[in-house]
Amino acid sequence: MPTLYWEDFVAGSTARYGPRLITREEIVAYAAEFDPQPMHLDEEAARATMAGELIASGWHTCALLMRIIADGFILASASMGSPGVEEVKWLRPVRPGDRLTVRATVLETRPSNSRPGVGFARIRYEMLDQSDACVMTMVSTAMLARRGFTLASAMASGGAQ
Amino acid sequence: MKYFEDIAVGERVLFGRHTFTAGEIKAFAVRFDPQPFHVDEDAAARSHFGALAASGWHTIAVWMRLAMLYRRAEDEARRARGEPLAELGPSPGFRDLKWLKPVYVGDTIGFAAEVVETRASKSRPGWGLVFSRNTGTNQAGALVMSFIGSAFVARRPAADVTTPTARSGRVA
Repeated sequence: MPTLYWEDFVAGSTARYGPRLITREEIVAYAAEFDPQPMHLDEEAARATMAGELIASGWHTCALLMRIIADGFILASASMGSPGVEEVKWLRPVRPGDRLTVRATVLETRPSNSRPGVGFARIRYEMLDQSDACVMTMVSTAMLARRGFTLASAMASGGAQ
Repeated sequence: MKYFEDIAVGERVLFGRHTFTAGEIKAFAVRFDPQPFHVDEDAAARSHFGALAASGWHTIAVWMRLAMLYRRAEDEARRARGEPLAELGPSPGFRDLKWLKPVYVGDTIGFAAEVVETRASKSRPGWGLVFSRNTGTNQAGALVMSFIGSAFVARRPAADVTTPTARSGRVA
């Protein structure tokens, strides 16, 4: 059962999650499957690219951010997923051996206009490496059930849209 | 890649299609997004999704894979024709990512891109920035995903501009 509902997300609140180590093996495995570019696959080949060294795919970084916040609070919440992401900036390369944390700040919350059982939280995420340098920022919206609703009853509340 | 100068706003490509299986949806989600409706059929059936649905980060990862395989095939064809290859650089980020509909087991998503803006990089001489609207569309024709992506693409080396015929066999 979830312990966090939409009502528990308060604008201005902030928390930090992680850390999580990213290994060379993970970087190469993700890239081989989803982003097979030289800068993500092999040190030697990466040297000839604009990146100049082996770095993680930006999509891998996004997926790791997801995993860090999933373990941090999403899995404990009545998360209904996300309608989308306003913006992601990949600011610095993520390298093998980096230890990543995520700072989350709730920017605003609002109830759904159409479904009384649903609310939204707009959240800014900053992913930081072991020296606290920001490697990535993301602003996205979490969709959450309100207290007293299940995921299914929250979606069924209100009119069809 | 083509050189930055050869990329025009409005260009559209279909990278390919992919049918999502339960096994790969769960394998991705276990690693990166283990919310119950992405990893467990029974929990998903009880959720607002009603059935197992792919993580949005999985949908976009498959978009990336198909985009890169398409580019690789394009590069091989270009190499076979004796044309130069422009480097595709990293991406500074993306915006307006919308996950519009769930991707369910068995859905076949077609992934496409349309160039919406090109501009020379101010900070990196020799490079241009290309912005594209990337989409995923399911077998019923419904848009499931859309975002505006960006990437650095190498500009044509200055020496090449003076000898366009040697570049590609074209005169203009």
